[in-house]
Amino acid sequence: MADLKLLDAPPSDAERVAIDAVLGAPPEENGHRTARADRASRHLLLPALRAAQRRVGWVSEGALGYASRRLSVPPAEAYGVASFYALLALEERPADVTHVCTDLSCALQGATVGLGEHSSPCLGLCERAPAKYRTVAGEAPFEEQLPAESPPLPQREGLRLLRRIADGVDPTSLDAYVAAGGFEALARARELGPDAVIAEVTESKLLGRGGAAFPTGTKWRAVRDQSEQTRYVVCNADESEPGTFKDRVLMESDPFALVEALTIAGFATGAQKGFVYIRAEYPLAHERVQRAIDATAAYRNGFEIELRVGAGAYVCGEETALFQSIEGKRGEPRNKPPFPVEVGLFGKPTAVNNVETLFNVLEVMRGDYSETRLFCVSGNVERPGLYELPLGVPLRALLDQAGAPSIKAVLLGGAAGAFVSPDMLDIELTHEATRAAGLTLGSGVVMVFDENADLIGALLRIAEFFRDESCGQCVPCRVGTVRQEEALKRLASGRRHDDELATLGELAQVMRDASICGLGQTAANAVESAIANLGVFA
Amino acid sequence: MTTLLAAKKMIELTVDGQAVRVFEGSTILDACRQLGIETPTLCYGDTLTPVNVCRVCVVELEGARTLVPSCSRRAEAGMVVHTDSERVRTSRRLVLELLGSSVDLSTAPEALAYIDEYDAKPDRFGPDAARVAHEVKIDNDLYVRDYSKCILCYRCVEACGVDHQNTFAIAVAGRGFDAHISTELDVTLPESACVYCGNCIAVCPTGALMSKREYDMRQDGTWDESQQGVVTTVCAYCGVGCNLELHVQEGEIVNVTSPDDHDVTSGNLCVKGRFGYRFVETR
Repeated sequence: MADLKLLDAPPSDAERVAIDAVLGAPPEENGHRTARADRASRHLLLPALRAAQRRVGWVSEGALGYASRRLSVPPAEAYGVASFYALLALEERPADVTHVCTDLSCALQGATVGLGEHSSPCLGLCERAPAKYRTVAGEAPFEEQLPAESPPLPQREGLRLLRRIADGVDPTSLDAYVAAGGFEALARARELGPDAVIAEVTESKLLGRGGAAFPTGTKWRAVRDQSEQTRYVVCNADESEPGTFKDRVLMESDPFALVEALTIAGFATGAQKGFVYIRAEYPLAHERVQRAIDATAAYRNGFEIELRVGAGAYVCGEETALFQSIEGKRGEPRNKPPFPVEVGLFGKPTAVNNVETLFNVLEVMRGDYSETRLFCVSGNVERPGLYELPLGVPLRALLDQAGAPSIKAVLLGGAAGAFVSPDMLDIELTHEATRAAGLTLGSGVVMVFDENADLIGALLRIAEFFRDESCGQCVPCRVGTVRQEEALKRLASGRRHDDELATLGELAQVMRDASICGLGQTAANAVESAIANLGVFA
Repeated sequence: MTTLLAAKKMIELTVDGQAVRVFEGSTILDACRQLGIETPTLCYGDTLTPVNVCRVCVVELEGARTLVPSCSRRAEAGMVVHTDSERVRTSRRLVLELLGSSVDLSTAPEALAYIDEYDAKPDRFGPDAARVAHEVKIDNDLYVRDYSKCILCYRCVEACGVDHQNTFAIAVAGRGFDAHISTELDVTLPESACVYCGNCIAVCPTGALMSKREYDMRQDGTWDESQQGVVTTVCAYCGVGCNLELHVQEGEIVNVTSPDDHDVTSGNLCVKGRFGYRFVETR
């Protein structure tokens, strides 16, 4: 053992077994050499803490101490990590816990938190709102999404990315995936070679679909060109933007495609290993993706893929925070530069791609790519769900398709996006058109608020969301999100200060200008747009 | 040494209209300092890895979407930087207002001076603005932790960790506005890995960490820096040769520090050097 001062409380047998199941049996002798090897395994800290909580329902002092001892992590740091994640409990609680989504879409459908239930940010089940997420600890732990039934796709025609899902290809069967043309894209990629693959992706002008719209080909080229030979590809499936559920649907219903696409990304960039980081609240996606990984070794030619599961932190969808989380640290975003293509996961060149982006890569490799986008339609609409549209369709057409007879406002792009007023619905759903209007497609959220909707309540919920989800690292975001929420509460209750709107505007400017990461930089977007486009608080 | 220096490339950038040449690997802050441009910093420490979290040192870099932290952003050839634009001043002022409205800065002279300089008005958010509130922690004879004065600059965590001491007694815990410096499960310092080197006190910019002696004298109203002289000497406990600065008030040692730029200590001491001075008073 290294010379760490450790927590005294021993783990229970159950906790020890659960943690050992993740870390392997403890070595007989624990000399300094072993401590060094243990430290190299720090990235298993979050999986170990999760395992302990799944077994006994919370992270006890004994479990925390045992995980830090096994991994040679200072207990203070392990505590810092454990206390970072909203879903890890550091106080004893019942084994059966229900998290009730009180976020925007579910609030529109009348979500209420019952006695003993926990309020939760968006669970990514907006098309079947109101939604819950239940975790049950024990010898046979399980998690479930409620309602459990996934509704059918609301759209049947013109689907490309959602084709296999619409055709009902069995998401648990490799044979079914192969029969539906699976792994043809990977075979073609191998024929072409890495450089030609990157060239095709670049020519397709594919832009990232996680929200930032960075050209995928450029990212892959940059990783490929690094002299460092140890490289990673990471699939960012920590989809947590309120109102977003597209990546969940893709992973639950077409998981083999994700594995194939990530393997292509690894092949093109020269990475030896890929990670899929999925938010904790998507248990069905964990199961399906893990099964797809396990079943496809023969197709991957030694390219390794590992599934990692979060523990309740929106900020971990920020790519550098995601690295920190995988590495067993607090999910605090890093300053950029250096960018992940140079210094990424474990300090190595890394290409991070969103799930929908990777699905598009398969289309590019199939050779008949034409750009479509997924839209997560929810709120006050008749046919909520996932829609796939060619680029440039007006927002109004999408809303007609989904059935929205009454519209007071539309939230475009999620909580980090912007509100659109009813007289702006002719806007084309392209990057250029939305950007010109001061909007963003973001992660494809289209959330409808009808005439009866409580817009002020929605703004307060958004402000609460960012205040809750700020990692707390930088001042503009840590304190700015608190001050923004306070100002909105005053405005909502009519106790406004004289220069309240000016203060909000300045907070927005400084959070955007001086925050480390995208969370703080976008935390005022929705509020600003509601003031500018909807005239709230006028 | 000369060959090393000669091998380092020089790059040229422009700060506030003035051309400046710095060694490759320097930061924008280094360039500012070379030009004598005053740049506020709170989380930055000369002997610590920049964490760029306080955001008071931000500057405007032409071509960048957002402001950039000068303390950690490497200078690049051809950069054009503005340190005194309206945008920069607004950002710095509001960040100081956010800090001043949420944290007790009464023992943070640098922060108070910046608040003055930038004409920041921390009370603009009203009397109900949420504040960081913690009970003062007095759980040992050597130092006191008052985290209601903590701006979360991470300096103490860095000093306790790989930057200096490698003790890892403290880390950041919690999240968002509730984030705070803590031992594991908030155990007391005697129960933690702390070795009482006091190097966290040495780097704390706000007085959130303070020696018990200073804390007690402040409580008694007897702490008076204007009456304190500094005597430089070498620590007599072992052969390392740490420089000590003895802060003396009315003939009594009230604090011990070591200069940041000292080759041996980089501002650090051990428990004996920093706290083992009472024997001097034994006559």
